[in-house]
Amino acid sequence: MLEVANVSVRYGSFTAIRDVTFSVKRGEIAVLLGANGAGKSTLFRTISGLHKPVRGEIRLDGERIDSLPPDRIVGRGVVQCAEGRKLFPRMSVYENLLMGAYVHRKDKEGIRRSIEHVYELFPILRDKQNAPAGSLSGGQQQMLAIGRALMSRPSVLLLDEPSIGLAPLIVEQMFATIKQINEGGTTILLAEQNAHAALSIAHRGYVFENGTIVASGTAEELLANDDVRKAYIGA
Amino acid sequence: MAVFANRRLWIAVLAALALAFPLLVTNSYYLHIMTISFIWMIAVYGLNLFAGYTGYLSLAHAGFFAMGAYALGILTVKVGVPFWLAFVLACLFTTLLGAVIGLVALRTKEHFFAIYTLCVGYIIYLVIDKWDSLTGGVRGFIGIPAPADIGPLSFQTPVAQYYLVLFFLFAVIFVMYRLVYSLTGRTYIAIRNSEELALTLGISTMKNKLASFVLSVFFTSLAGALYASFIRFLGPDIAYISVMFDFLTYLLVGGIGTLAGPVVGTLLVTFLSQQLQFLQDYRMLIFGPILTLLIIFYPHGIAGGFIRYQAKRKEARRLEPEANRAAAELAVSSQGRGERHAEEG
Repeated sequence: MLEVANVSVRYGSFTAIRDVTFSVKRGEIAVLLGANGAGKSTLFRTISGLHKPVRGEIRLDGERIDSLPPDRIVGRGVVQCAEGRKLFPRMSVYENLLMGAYVHRKDKEGIRRSIEHVYELFPILRDKQNAPAGSLSGGQQQMLAIGRALMSRPSVLLLDEPSIGLAPLIVEQMFATIKQINEGGTTILLAEQNAHAALSIAHRGYVFENGTIVASGTAEELLANDDVRKAYIGA
Repeated sequence: MAVFANRRLWIAVLAALALAFPLLVTNSYYLHIMTISFIWMIAVYGLNLFAGYTGYLSLAHAGFFAMGAYALGILTVKVGVPFWLAFVLACLFTTLLGAVIGLVALRTKEHFFAIYTLCVGYIIYLVIDKWDSLTGGVRGFIGIPAPADIGPLSFQTPVAQYYLVLFFLFAVIFVMYRLVYSLTGRTYIAIRNSEELALTLGISTMKNKLASFVLSVFFTSLAGALYASFIRFLGPDIAYISVMFDFLTYLLVGGIGTLAGPVVGTLLVTFLSQQLQFLQDYRMLIFGPILTLLIIFYPHGIAGGFIRYQAKRKEARRLEPEANRAAAELAVSSQGRGERHAEEG
């Protein structure tokens, strides 16, 4: 449903992404593997509309979205949960969630249901709903960031490094929750360095190096691929 | 402390004081100072909406203030429009022009926006200063009528004008209060925090910034129109950059991005500068260092500093049990070390 075709992105004269083609099928979890600086975040920013590609097309259900402004892309159901848990630190947990539902701001009943859904996924957020977001722990902030992204009821959720900087136990929970969100019907594109954990929940993976895709396949194929194992799993 | 924390009580007391002021203080000079402070406050609320809550420092607001004032003057004196119609038209005209300027200015960001608006403000000043036939140029503009009667309400006396200005101040504060705690207000705050983040949440930043800018210009032009009808004489210096920096000083001292900031800052700075009047221009020798110290130690102004202090206390109370436990453990362990030292010695 989300197709990226021959996309190139430049920062000035530096080509950050070169001729990248891949797709995410409805209901799948696709993972982009790659080291820091491989261009994963740039690709996410491009899909979200924060960067315009110099070449190529991005399509959602066959319709081009690469020329739309970012707010319209969110309106189409493609929502990014940015790396680094960017929250509104002085707003409460509840207010952060409300901001996530900005595109549905007229639908009060729908927002109430979405919040209930997020609280079921992350019960700790209900307990902390009146606390300022800045006072949460790292793991809780990541939960809130994902919860806020879910508030816009995305059809495609872009998750940029959700495990970064989290304790191993929390990482495990995080991936379990991502799988749960996917089973609820949300298509997920995940960027990760933690290849093993990511492939264990993904259907399909793409390996990103220096701004281009060097390997792709189903999760099983990638886990069996020696180069991938050596580079990203270390076994 | 509980008394201080009760915001509603504070607001009620302050509002009652403001209402009773002309009865308590019969000195007409103080009444005049108070009225003019209220006018500044309205202008500073306008600046606060955009600079404080939306995160864009506009340096054109003195220009918009002057434009509201001159528009009222020209409409009433030169065109002969009835006062209240001219009052509305002056605000609308300035707001409309603000919208056009905003459309261009908001394509720039951060410092560039500040510099761009600084230029806009200066151009407004130059137009007022040089367009002799329309504005009276450096000689100034005289003969502006006092606010016309509305039915049985007459605004000819200073006390009546005080209440008129106070009414508008209350209205502006009320609108600001409702706005800041609404989704629209949070949207502006989101843009201030990070425009990119706001975009990824589906917020159209251009539309929201423009709306905030236009409303901010409206408040400031309202203050300008009130100024014109209260002082009834206008000179081009009200568009000058020094007025802009007066607004900014009021806002910074009171607390940028806070609801109480414009009131606290304006009152305090006006009061101080009245007390220091005997020093004439040397006042700045005292003001400068105070302002510098304030910005170093209270970058969020007096109201902002107070809010942060309260938040810290609340947080401390929440963490107290944990902190006590940690302190107890620390005490035990350091005691242990002490004993060991004693043994080694």
